Formats: sequence, structure tokens, C-alpha cells
Amino acid sequence: MKYTELDIKRIRNATLLSFIPGLGQFYNKQVFKGIVFLAVFLLFIIEMIGFGAGALAGLVSLGSVAGEHHSLFMLIEGSLQLLIIAIFLLFYIVNIYDARKVAKLWVENKKVNTTIKSIMSNVSDSGFPYLLTIPAYLAMIFAIIFPVLVTLLIAFTNYDFYHIPPASLIDWVGFKNFVSIFLLSSYRDTFMSVLSWTIIWTVCATTLQIVIGVFTAVVLNQKFIIAKRFFGIIFLLPWAVPAFITIMSFSNMFNDSIGAINTQVIPLLDSLLPFIDLGAIPWKTDPFWTKIAIIMIQGWLGFPYIYVLVSGILQSIPEEQYEAAKIDGANAIKRFRHITLPTIFMIAAPIFITQYTGNFNNFTMIYLFNEGGPGSIGAGAGSTDILISWIYKLTTGTSPQYSVAAAVTLFISAFVIIISLLVFKRTRAFEMED
Amino acid sequence: MNLFKSQKFSLSLSKFFTYFYLILLAIIIIYPLLITASSAFKAGNITAFDLNFNANWTLDNFRRLFTETLYGDWYLNTLIIAVITMVVQVAIITLAGYTYSRYRFIGRKRSLMFFLIIQMVPTTAALTAFYVMALLFGALDQNWFLIFIYIGGGIPMNTWLMKGYFDTVPIDLDESAKLDGAGHFRIFIQIVLPLVKPMLAVQALWAFMAPFGEYMLARFLLRTPDNFTVAIGLQTFINNPMNQKVALFAAGAILIAVPISILFFMLQKNFVSGLTAGGTKG
Repeated sequence: MKYTELDIKRIRNATLLSFIPGLGQFYNKQVFKGIVFLAVFLLFIIEMIGFGAGALAGLVSLGSVAGEHHSLFMLIEGSLQLLIIAIFLLFYIVNIYDARKVAKLWVENKKVNTTIKSIMSNVSDSGFPYLLTIPAYLAMIFAIIFPVLVTLLIAFTNYDFYHIPPASLIDWVGFKNFVSIFLLSSYRDTFMSVLSWTIIWTVCATTLQIVIGVFTAVVLNQKFIIAKRFFGIIFLLPWAVPAFITIMSFSNMFNDSIGAINTQVIPLLDSLLPFIDLGAIPWKTDPFWTKIAIIMIQGWLGFPYIYVLVSGILQSIPEEQYEAAKIDGANAIKRFRHITLPTIFMIAAPIFITQYTGNFNNFTMIYLFNEGGPGSIGAGAGSTDILISWIYKLTTGTSPQYSVAAAVTLFISAFVIIISLLVFKRTRAFEMED
Repeated sequence: MNLFKSQKFSLSLSKFFTYFYLILLAIIIIYPLLITASSAFKAGNITAFDLNFNANWTLDNFRRLFTETLYGDWYLNTLIIAVITMVVQVAIITLAGYTYSRYRFIGRKRSLMFFLIIQMVPTTAALTAFYVMALLFGALDQNWFLIFIYIGGGIPMNTWLMKGYFDTVPIDLDESAKLDGAGHFRIFIQIVLPLVKPMLAVQALWAFMAPFGEYMLARFLLRTPDNFTVAIGLQTFINNPMNQKVALFAAGAILIAVPISILFFMLQKNFVSGLTAGGTKG
């Protein structure tokens, strides 16, 4: 398609005019669309004058008179305005793009919808997907995007128990919180030890549940087993019973002095197994044993999900593959290594990753078993706290450090996202067809 | 001949270890659940779960649960939150998942990638933000605020899973219905929706179970005992070393675990197809 001078001028005019939304559409003889676009634009202008400008100014200053200005509400209103502006910018880009596209249709002598009716039916056709996803986006904005934006902003303020609005003001302090987490000794040591335990916990607990899950699925998938259904139902129980119940039960069972593990299970093991005398183990008073306990319990809680998933995958591997390998002289171990395992990992890799990220933020397990204890390692963290339970303590403790908690939250999110994306890239999971 | 014998021997050995492993694992799973459940029927003031069948059996703990504690309120709160969360969330992700599976529109790939990234952000970690939002909306100690968060928080991941499942329904079905003159909504409701029932069931179960098990946000946002959900309510029975109500905790746990487990096992046959289909297709 070659455009003449006049054509190019027309397209440029439409594009330039649409810098005020609606005008480009009028130029394209789409009056109804133009009116709608212009109305949206005017609404935004009115909103900016009535609320937006003040909200943005408030976001920058966070108030100047203690007791009168509520810094927190200014911050929230300012964040809301940032969101509104972002959404408007999206609309603005769409509007320019639309004016350009329709102008091209004109010069190419293609059909253009100019009547209300034809525009509406076009909207309901090509706009249908957008309409259907609006509720999802609205709910996400409320529950995820907006809170994350507010957290992002709070991380750069000095919001803590010394500065609680409306009695006192909050101020912007730049990167001070991040600096103190990484450099200030009072936070740095705690942050580093909590982070390293979080990583150890994630790797050990998740790997344990995956190994038990895969192993159980493979064992139970053998042909000769009687009572397959019975075992299958038993192995699902830890998943079917809500986790907080079992964690609280375990918390009681692992009590040093009266818990069932020390009073019943260990004596039984001692009497059954020769040469082994475990005695009473300080499950909840010694950090090392607490860590062992929570990793074991997570294995108990998490393996059924993996076991169900892998059972499904195993049933989908065609029998011929194994038969062919048998004829080629591959023994059972070889068949398992070259057929079964690769298939499992190919299909389940993305789900394994979500298991790791899930445990990285497994607050319920850590907090309900021993409240992150025993003991404390400074800056409000207990010896078995992971990052997310430390955030909880920083936020809910007797002297809350909201802004530091927000900074740690951002760190967690960035950490998890970067690691996951790297792994996703490596495993080529979620490749999209189009 | 010798070879034959040793093969037979190794086969029976592997059988022995197989059963040994399965039975051991079954015991490890049943033991904690059994001692918790049996404590619910024990009289007297017990402080720890144990396997002891010489106790005095009673149903009194269940009566005390509803007369002496707020357990009934907590159960009702949680049930209301769970049902609303389930209905709204499943509706939203079904529409969104269908859209992403069936339509090609501007920004589709980018927003799918965005969904994938945003679901890695631990929503619960934004505690402070929720606290400030609750202050501003006057939503502190309100169950509707929790419902909003539960609904929104599960959307990205579940939309992704839903889309994967819709992808397994052949698009030829839609095409032929279109030729017969069926509109957008008719194709969606009468043709595609019945085919994704298994996934709908699974998603409904997850959405329903989540409020029963969520602890962090509920504990942080709910302040008065009347508004508690079961998770934070039951914890008050055992987190005070001076005042242990272990038997009451066990009774309360049974009343939660039994209905949920029944639902779980009813929908169990739908899991595998849902898991593998949703997890592997981009």
C-alpha cells in the first residue's frame, strides 16, 4: 500500500488532533466515539482539578502540621491518584492509536463504522475480551497492585512507632530503610541470618516434600499392590485437613515435656530399635531441633500434593515406551532415570517452582508451630523466623517498624520474582503459543 | 536356574520393602490425626494429645464448644467469608480464563506475563498497606475487607490455571457453533462451560478452603473475638500455656476438618486432570 502526500497528511492530522482525546475521532467522522473519548478526557481533567492535584501535592509533602494533617491518608490518596493517572495514560495511548488506525482505514477506502449502532456492535465484538477481564483487573488492583504500590511508598518513609499519624507527621527519608537493613549493624545481622535460614528452610522443606511425593507416587504405581485405593486415600489426608489444624496439633505433640513425640513416639522407637537411645529431644527450646521439626512437618504436609500430581503424570506415560526400553535392554533403574524422571520434571517443573516460592513465604507453618522461636536473635526476630514472619513481627510487635517491614517486603518480592523468572527461563515453562 | 531363583527372591524383597514403606508412611500420617481426633472425645482437662484409649469417652466437649466459647460465631463468620469468596472468585477467574484462552487481543501476552509475575508477590506481606487501607475505609475488624483481599489475591494464579484448562477444550467446538449462529455468550455458557466442570469444581474447593486456613491477615485485621475466623479463634484455645483447652481445640478441629475433607474427597477425581492441564500449557 503506497500512501499519497494527502493520505499521509490525513493520518498525521488525525494523530495530532487526538492529543486531545476525541478530536481525532471527530476528524475521522466517528462522532459518537469522539464524544465518549472527549467525555472521559474532561472527566479526568475535572478529577485532577477537584481531587488529583491536591492528592499529588499531599503525596509530595505528606503534610506539614502535626495533629492536623494525616500523613498516612495523604499517602494513600496520593497512591490512588497515581493509579488513576496510570489508567488514564493507558486510555490516552489507546485513543491516539485508535485515531491513527481509523485514519488509515479511511485512506485505504475500507469500511469505517461511523454510526452509533455499528460502533456499538464493533465494541461488543472486539471489546468483548476486555469487558470479560475487567472484574479480574478490578479485584487485582484492590488486593494486590494498590497494596504493593502503598508498600513501595511506605518503604521510603519513616513510618514507625515514633511517627504515628495523626499525632505526628511522616516524612520521606529516601533509601534510609534499605541502607539500615543492609548496613546498620542492628538490622544487618538479623536480616542476614533470617535470610539465610529462609533459604535453607525453603530448599530443605520443599525438596523433602517433592522427594517424598515423587517416591510415594512411584512406589504406589507398581502393578502388584493390593489395597491401592486405601493407601491412596490415606496419603491424601494431610492435604485434605486444613494445614493450620495439623500444625497446631504438631505444635502440641512436639512439646518438650508433655508432647506425644517425647512421651510416646520416642520411647516406642527406643524399645523397638536396638542400640538407639534418643531420650527426650528439646524440640521447642533448641533452635536446631525446632528447625528439624518444622522441616519434617512440612514434608508431611506438602507431599500429598506432589504425590497426586506425579501419580497423574505416571498414568499418562504410554506403556509402549517402557516396553521398547525393555527390549533395548534397559533395566528398571535405567528406565526410571531415562523415561520416568524426565517426564515428571518436564510436566511438573512449573508446579515445583510454585512449591518453592510457597514455602519461602510459608508464614502459617513457622508462626503456628513455635511463633518463630525459641529465643530471639535481635531486631524482633526469633531463631526460626523466616522473612515473612519477621515482617509480621516488625508490623505487629510492641514497637512496630512499619517502614522497615515494608522495605523487607519489597526485598522478598524482588527476590522471589527474579529467582522464579530465571528458573522459568531456564525450564522454558509457560512458553506461549500464539 | 540359579538366576531364576535370585530374580524371584529380589522380586519378593522389593515387594516386602514396598509394603513396608507404604504401611510406615500410612502410620506416620494417621497417628497425629488420630490422637488429635480422639482427644475431642476425652473427658477432663487434658493438656496434650496422646494415644490412650483408657480415657472416659464423652461428647461433652462439643456441647461446651457451642455454649462456653464463641466457636459458633467463628464458624459462621468463616462460612460466610468462604462462600462469598468462592462464588465471586470462581466467576471472575472463569470469565478471565475463558477470555485468555479463546480471544487474541492487544496486550494479551503482556498481561499474561504480568499475571505470572504478580502472583509471586506475597500479598500477605503488604500488611502495613492493608492496615492503612483499612484505617482509611473504616474496614478494620470487618469481614468484608478480608473477603475483598481473599478474592483478589487468588486471581492471577487461578486465572492462569483456568486458562490452561480452557485450552484443552478444542476450539473447533466454538467455531462450529459460531457457524450455526450462536453468539459469544451462548458459546461460552452452553458449549464450553459444561466441558470445564472438573476445573470449576477444583477452583471452587480451593477458594472455599482458603479462608478456613488463612491465618496471617485474619489475625492482623480482625480485633474483636466475635469477628474471628476459625483459624484464629481455635488458636486462642492452645496458645496460652496457662489455660490449655486442648480437648475443645480437638473438637473444633473435627467440625472443620470433617466437612472439608468430605468435599475434598468428593472432588478428588477432578484434581489430576486439573493440575496437569492447568500447569503445563502456556
